[in-house]
Amino acid sequence: MSAVIDVRNLSKSFGSVRALDDLDLRLEPGEVHGFLGPNGAGKSTTIRVLLGLLHADAGAVRVFGQDPWTKAVGLHRRLAYVPGDVNLWPKITGGEAIDYFASLRGGVDKARKQNLLERFDLDPTKKTRSYSKGNRQKVALIAALASDVELLVLDEPTSGLDPLMELVFQDCIGEAKRAGRTVLLSSHILAEVETLCDKVTIIRQGHAVQSGTLAELRHLRRTSITVVCDGDATSVERLSGVHDVRRDDGRVMFTVDDDALPTAMEHLLPLGIRSLISTPPTLEELFVHQYGSADAVPAGGEQS
Amino acid sequence: MSATMTAPRRAHRSHRADGGGSLTGTGRLARFALRRDRIQIPVWAIALGGTIGYFLVVIPIAYPDPAALQTRAAIMKEPAGAMMAGPGYGLDNYTFGAMVSNELLGWLAVASALMSIFLVTRHTRDEEETGRAELIRANVVGRHAPLTAALITLAVANIAMGALLSAALIANDLAVADSLAIGAGVGLAGLVFGAVAAVTAQLSEHARAASGMAGAVLGLAYVLRGVGDAQEIGGSFLSWLSPIGWTQQTRAFVDLRWWPLLLCIALTAVLLVAAFLLAGRRDVGAGLMAAKRGRANATPALVHPAGLALRMERGSILGWAVGLFLTGLLTGSLGQGIVDSFESQPQLAEVFGGGSGGDLLRQTMASFLGFFAMGVAVFAVVSVNRMRKEETEGRTGAVLATDITRPHWLLSTFAVTAVSSAVLLLVSGFGLGLGAGASIGEMSLAWDFTVASLAYWPIVLCFAGLAVLAYGVLRAGVWWVWILLVGSILIGLYGPVLNLPEAVLDAEPFGLVPQVPGAELEAAPLVWMSVVAIALTAAGTLAFRNRDLEA
Repeated sequence: MSAVIDVRNLSKSFGSVRALDDLDLRLEPGEVHGFLGPNGAGKSTTIRVLLGLLHADAGAVRVFGQDPWTKAVGLHRRLAYVPGDVNLWPKITGGEAIDYFASLRGGVDKARKQNLLERFDLDPTKKTRSYSKGNRQKVALIAALASDVELLVLDEPTSGLDPLMELVFQDCIGEAKRAGRTVLLSSHILAEVETLCDKVTIIRQGHAVQSGTLAELRHLRRTSITVVCDGDATSVERLSGVHDVRRDDGRVMFTVDDDALPTAMEHLLPLGIRSLISTPPTLEELFVHQYGSADAVPAGGEQS
Repeated sequence: MSATMTAPRRAHRSHRADGGGSLTGTGRLARFALRRDRIQIPVWAIALGGTIGYFLVVIPIAYPDPAALQTRAAIMKEPAGAMMAGPGYGLDNYTFGAMVSNELLGWLAVASALMSIFLVTRHTRDEEETGRAELIRANVVGRHAPLTAALITLAVANIAMGALLSAALIANDLAVADSLAIGAGVGLAGLVFGAVAAVTAQLSEHARAASGMAGAVLGLAYVLRGVGDAQEIGGSFLSWLSPIGWTQQTRAFVDLRWWPLLLCIALTAVLLVAAFLLAGRRDVGAGLMAAKRGRANATPALVHPAGLALRMERGSILGWAVGLFLTGLLTGSLGQGIVDSFESQPQLAEVFGGGSGGDLLRQTMASFLGFFAMGVAVFAVVSVNRMRKEETEGRTGAVLATDITRPHWLLSTFAVTAVSSAVLLLVSGFGLGLGAGASIGEMSLAWDFTVASLAYWPIVLCFAGLAVLAYGVLRAGVWWVWILLVGSILIGLYGPVLNLPEAVLDAEPFGLVPQVPGAELEAAPLVWMSVVAIALTAAGTLAFRNRDLEA
């Protein structure tokens, strides 16, 4: 099957600021894809190019195999978008705003809307002016989720939601996935990405620096081991692929490269293991590794 | 027993000594508010002072001698004249000063009242609605400090405006005491309605509703004095129910008396006490009136870009329609009086483009219709420019990410502007014709002017088209559209008085429209204007289709 989103060597500049620089991004049908990067990395710019709101300077951009700049409307029939900063018309109610968006996309599924209103606990009779950030986000989310589309493009959709609503959101994405929809999820909430996403692309300064399944990305980082042995476990230090060995109150902690893990275990076994905790790298570690303070991204550039 | 009685009192006193009173921080807040308004307050003051300055120059040209002023007084004796102007003191010996106090004072008071309502709402309810007040109150700031600071700002603004007005009058050799009374009246009218806004700001959760309620009170006050003054010269008891009426009852430049201004001061005091009492009874951010609920589902009319645009514009269209209709009605009803005054004032006839012969009333009213079209053009440009805000606030992006093309969205929004412009023209023409027809008992004028108003539709759409082009080519900015429009309006309004060259007057866009129903209808200019309007709109749409969206 052909990719739902296929971006190759995408570049986009605003004046002298290079917002996107040779960016690649690929989403297969039915996949939930996490899109990570710090503020100003170019996530929102990428999404706005995918929606045909911005014109790409260079590179090939295909959504459902078509150019979003020239074929925007046909494509928009098949996707729904939730912006990161939801601004609504102040004089109408939340319910009216949902209907407006949904009908522009081709009609409202009343039952679905009602179901989502209840699950997200949103009062649709209030004027949007009095909504909090989270409630404005719910309006955009409900409008998107109530539409019968193949692709959901979500730009930090949960940054204003409380933890309970975050769970509702995760349920809804799970349902979308089971229904075979494709989801592009730009997010800062790494736990959310870890729970929901099959694949992840990390971008930095407008360029994709990592892309793959979480397992593949984890492979790039070391596993942390905390072990208590009868013998002196600090001797693992001698093995190649073992790093950062520390002793703390009888426990020994170290990190180990994936391919050195079997050797390390063989080394520890004869020492009499009392307890052992192995922690695979979290997404946060992967993320911080990409943007560690040593190579901090300079401030400025496009707003994400 | 006595110990338990005194303990809290002492605690309270020490609390005060710590600077923990309900007014703590007022000074700093007031300074900050004044700094935020450092442009706005001078602009209002100078705009009002400038209006007076303008009239001080123009009135002697239009009415050079006592006989001419007396023709003006005759118009003001009519109920319709009194309704628009004032109670009509000194009409038997109408002087320049009497004219200022009878005809201008009321409108100046309305202007200062509007400024005050906006100012107070901006510094109170608007701050709460946006959540900024919460940030402020979380600091060492007393409960009543924000409201007090807003009122200090209000006082400063009105004192500045009143002083500038008085100075402008005195500089024109008008009596000092009476000039001061005019300035004081305008300033006090501002204070009264600022205080009204201080009360309404406590009632509603929303700034717009708060200023809307205060504006309704102002409208009521103006109508009360208008009806009262129309009932009898010097005003009936209805005039005395209105703060605007009180300022006019000082009889400045006729037979000055100060005490009506005490009524303004007393009412301000009562309103302020009420505002502080209400403010003390509610939470930050809350209103005393619950916010209204709306529909849970959109009506079929709303779920279309044009439907939504209409919904957003509805209030402003209605406001414009009511304003244009009433002004048209009053202007029309003055029509015959104005035409009569031409007999003694040929140069005045020139201002209104009325030549000799023919139906002078029709010609004069036809040129007034042009003035109303200028107002509608301003509406049209403002209405088109709303798209800019829609885009920068991110709503356009969200809408265009759905199943709708850019031209479809833009032209739907533009259609609302175009149709509502036509409606506003029709309403102005109807009001003008109805008023003029009623004054001479020829009701067919209402129909004639209603139809004639549509002659201005193409030129209004040309300016709307310019605004669309400016929006499409976003980087070009919108200032040049305003310069073209305001320039056209100024030349159209004042060109004849200023004796500008004929070539300039002929090139003025609104002057290109045939002055129906006073003159023959020529189709050619209207066809050309329509072509230009369509071309501008098409070019703007095309440019919009090919540019990046801002936000």
